[in-house]
Amino acid sequence: MATRTVTIASAVGLHARPASLFVEAATNTGLDVEISKDGDDPVDATSILGVMALGAKHGEEVTLTADGDGADEALDSLVALLSRDLDSE
Amino acid sequence: MSSSETQTVAPPETRQGIGVSPGTAYGPVVQVSPPVRPPRNEPAVDDQDAALSDIRAAFEAVAVSLEQRATLVDDTAQQILKATALMARDKGLVKASAKELAAGHGRATSIDLAIETFAAKFDALGGYFAERVADLRDVGSRAVAAVLGVPAPGVPAFTEPSVIVAEDLAPAETATLDRSRVIGIITEAGGRTSHTAILAAQMGIPAVVQLVGATSIPVGTAVALDGDSGEVTIAPDMELVSQQRERAARRSEALSHLSGAGATSDGHAVALLANIGGVEDAVSAGALDLEGVGLFRTEFVFLSATTAPTVQEQTEIYRGVFAPFGGRRVVVRTLDAGADKPLKFADLGPEENPALGRRGLRLSAEQPDLLDAQLEALGIAARETGADVRVMAPMVATAEEAAWFARRVRDNGLPKAGVMIEVPGAALRSRHVLEEVDFGSLGTNDLAQYTMAADRMQGALSDLLDPWQPAVLDVVAAACEGAAAVDRPIGVCGESAGDPLLALVLVGLGVSSLSMAPSKVPVVRLALSLHSVAECQTLAAAARAARTAGDALTAVRDAARSELTTLL
Repeated sequence: MATRTVTIASAVGLHARPASLFVEAATNTGLDVEISKDGDDPVDATSILGVMALGAKHGEEVTLTADGDGADEALDSLVALLSRDLDSE
Repeated sequence: MSSSETQTVAPPETRQGIGVSPGTAYGPVVQVSPPVRPPRNEPAVDDQDAALSDIRAAFEAVAVSLEQRATLVDDTAQQILKATALMARDKGLVKASAKELAAGHGRATSIDLAIETFAAKFDALGGYFAERVADLRDVGSRAVAAVLGVPAPGVPAFTEPSVIVAEDLAPAETATLDRSRVIGIITEAGGRTSHTAILAAQMGIPAVVQLVGATSIPVGTAVALDGDSGEVTIAPDMELVSQQRERAARRSEALSHLSGAGATSDGHAVALLANIGGVEDAVSAGALDLEGVGLFRTEFVFLSATTAPTVQEQTEIYRGVFAPFGGRRVVVRTLDAGADKPLKFADLGPEENPALGRRGLRLSAEQPDLLDAQLEALGIAARETGADVRVMAPMVATAEEAAWFARRVRDNGLPKAGVMIEVPGAALRSRHVLEEVDFGSLGTNDLAQYTMAADRMQGALSDLLDPWQPAVLDVVAAACEGAAAVDRPIGVCGESAGDPLLALVLVGLGVSSLSMAPSKVPVVRLALSLHSVAECQTLAAAARAARTAGDALTAVRDAARSELTTLL
């Protein structure tokens, strides 16, 4: 199982537009990607409501996990996405 | 009846509402449907699998319709609608609905409960997250409508320029209105200072509120509305429409020749300022020909937060509001919260009479830390941007309160302190209240509410709240006399400042600045430029000599210069 930890770069945190972009990207991987914060129960990364309910703010760390073919590459691209300030783009 | 662009069957009928945003419009009616709630005591379903696939289909239909609407609107609204569509497609909602079905709830109730589970989570997160609750509930209301087979709530999709008609408009609905297609707004409820009124004026869309029977006008019927007079004509003949258009053209022609600082015909300066409620308003008003801001409402910084916003967070927001005005003045009203606008982090509990309770400066007196943090942030942002920032307190009643506030403002390095004059007691004793500060600002909406003992939120009491009420004008006059006695400037920042005839009366009473929805500035500038101070004083005397609000308006309309009144 592939795992990555990344710090949220978006100024407004993982909500609204940043969350939408992340969920779309996670859905497009076709894999079962999960996301968690502070060691809490992970949530489905393709669920916008689950992702927003994490309440991940700017500067907080989240952990991504995925299984299956191409999991490492998929997580790398999601990490790259969360490392950008998606709001200012 | 001559040939008309839209089919009309019934003869023209004119109804009287209250004009709240100037301008005229003519076009077909689009009716906004009210939110849909699940039926009470909805029975449990027989076949849970079938019910769940109904629910899944309902959410999918909502997502598809939101995506379709997203293609019709501008960028910002498009992103909101797309993100909302993503919510409607969330597997989590279907899962949560399945749980509710299993617990013995009906289809619509299950959807509603599933939505509320997530809404509670977002509410608890506060801030940006809590702001999405309205979108989530909108998804829920649409899905409930879909399983019940009734029309979706909110503004339906439409392509032809239209007049939007609603019981009242919710903030979320107005945010996604397409300005290029919405040519007018009519509501059955609402008042002069309702959300719809303020927003329509801000967006420059002609609007009429309090129109009896508005929601029963059939969809597609042509209407002509006049946002100045408040008249709405259903199925008008083309002569009326062309009269309105001709007047609108003459008015925009007259307004196009004027610009710059406000002044009477004999050169007496009257500052023309904008009322704003956030960073977006500031950016759009900052680009306009006006002399600054006469009322910056700061509530939005606090109302959605679950914890008190830090000095740093506030500084950033205030910087964004001040920057568009360069060195122009920005009058900031400190936090005006209370039982009617409760704060999650400073709630003093429910009150029997919130309008008369611990609100405005009274709340700040009980929670001085909140006020101090706000003043500190305002001070930092003012120094960083170089804007001419002046701070005033809401709901001041006595000279002691004014002195207490002024001291705190100056302790935070802010040069100018003022008070709102919205309590009749403070208006009658303005000499002593204003002696403690640098300026006063009449909040005529609240001043009318307290003078006439009529709740602003009661649409049915609109007549009592009419700013032309001679008693309200008397109280304004008393406040101006007191201000003059101690040589303090006094302005008006209520909706009455944006009424060109009333603006003349206010100047005649001694007011030196007028702050209003930015769209109303040009016509007020024109009104001032056509009258001397002495003429304004004559108009003020005529208004105060009248027996009723209607008589006061008629007296001023008859006595004002026809170059102005023929344009209104």
